[in-house]
Amino acid sequence: MSDDGRGTQRTKALRGIPGARGTPGPQETPRWFDDDAGPVVRPYAMTRGRTTSPAQHRLDLIAVVIAEAGAAGAPEADQTLSPEHVDIVELCRDAPQSVAELAAELDLPIGVIRVLIGDLVDDELVHVTRPVPPAELPDESILRDVISGLRAL
Amino acid sequence: MIFRRSERGKAPVEPVTLKILVAGGFGVGKTTLVGAVSEIKPLRTEETLSEAGRPVDDTRGVAGKHTTTVAMDFGRITLREDLVLYLFGTPGQDRFWFLWDELATGALGAVVLADTRRLEDCFAAVDYFERRSIPFVVGVNCFEGASRYPADAVRQALDLDESVPVVLCDARDRESVKDVLVGVVEHAMQAAAAAREPATT
Repeated sequence: MSDDGRGTQRTKALRGIPGARGTPGPQETPRWFDDDAGPVVRPYAMTRGRTTSPAQHRLDLIAVVIAEAGAAGAPEADQTLSPEHVDIVELCRDAPQSVAELAAELDLPIGVIRVLIGDLVDDELVHVTRPVPPAELPDESILRDVISGLRAL
Repeated sequence: MIFRRSERGKAPVEPVTLKILVAGGFGVGKTTLVGAVSEIKPLRTEETLSEAGRPVDDTRGVAGKHTTTVAMDFGRITLREDLVLYLFGTPGQDRFWFLWDELATGALGAVVLADTRRLEDCFAAVDYFERRSIPFVVGVNCFEGASRYPADAVRQALDLDESVPVVLCDARDRESVKDVLVGVVEHAMQAAAAAREPATT
């Protein structure tokens, strides 16, 4: 696990600052360097402030993102895409990825990943398969396959 | 720069994905259980919260703190090329219940891990799944040094429905965890079959 408890560390970092930023505290203020200080770019800056993606209902955590086979050219060359967009397309090109895996892999909040994936769907660089709709259990034959698959592990 | 173009020709398999939740109190072994069967190291996703913590979190003196982070651990089991099972450990803190809703949507079922020394820690999870009619199995994690109780005693202590399976397990042991997961899927199948029966009132 890469960043266990980084959140708590960040919390401590903030707690370590009494009053306004930059005012030295009564004790030596603990210092945080590099990754410990938190991300350089605030998460939702990557989405230009958007928290939802239009025309796209909430992506499930296990919805699978698949790189569009027909996507022409390299996404790296597309100037309209952010580095995070490119990362998503590249990861999905290696193998289909779930939304949760992409978030973990790129170390981005789920909400940010959802917006970025929405952009890529609009650009027709990826498509998303919906998992079995809620309120509807998967087919019994699939469940049997799951059981035998688990037993065979 | 190297472009991966070789595989462009063949369309990737689009897998069916399913999820099972792993719930229970703090330190009961949720992440251990996920790690015991996952083919990947348990990964962690984080969601940044802003408004949610406002009435609860005391932010006096830390005016700069507008966000708090909540993490979900998860693992993956590829059963077949086109069939993937994800295990999600639910966040422990009570006030992140709303995240459970997101996790629980579309879930096949759940494991509620219990520790007999702190049985009350899993009451909330049992209650949650009962209310939403999500099929769940109670796994009693047998810690070394904790006294063993028969499954029926645990069932009584938790006031569980007759149909809810209670199994003793060891969250560190792969075989044991596999049995628990098979139990969840079987229970989900039975629950689905029961739901299909015409209601007799």
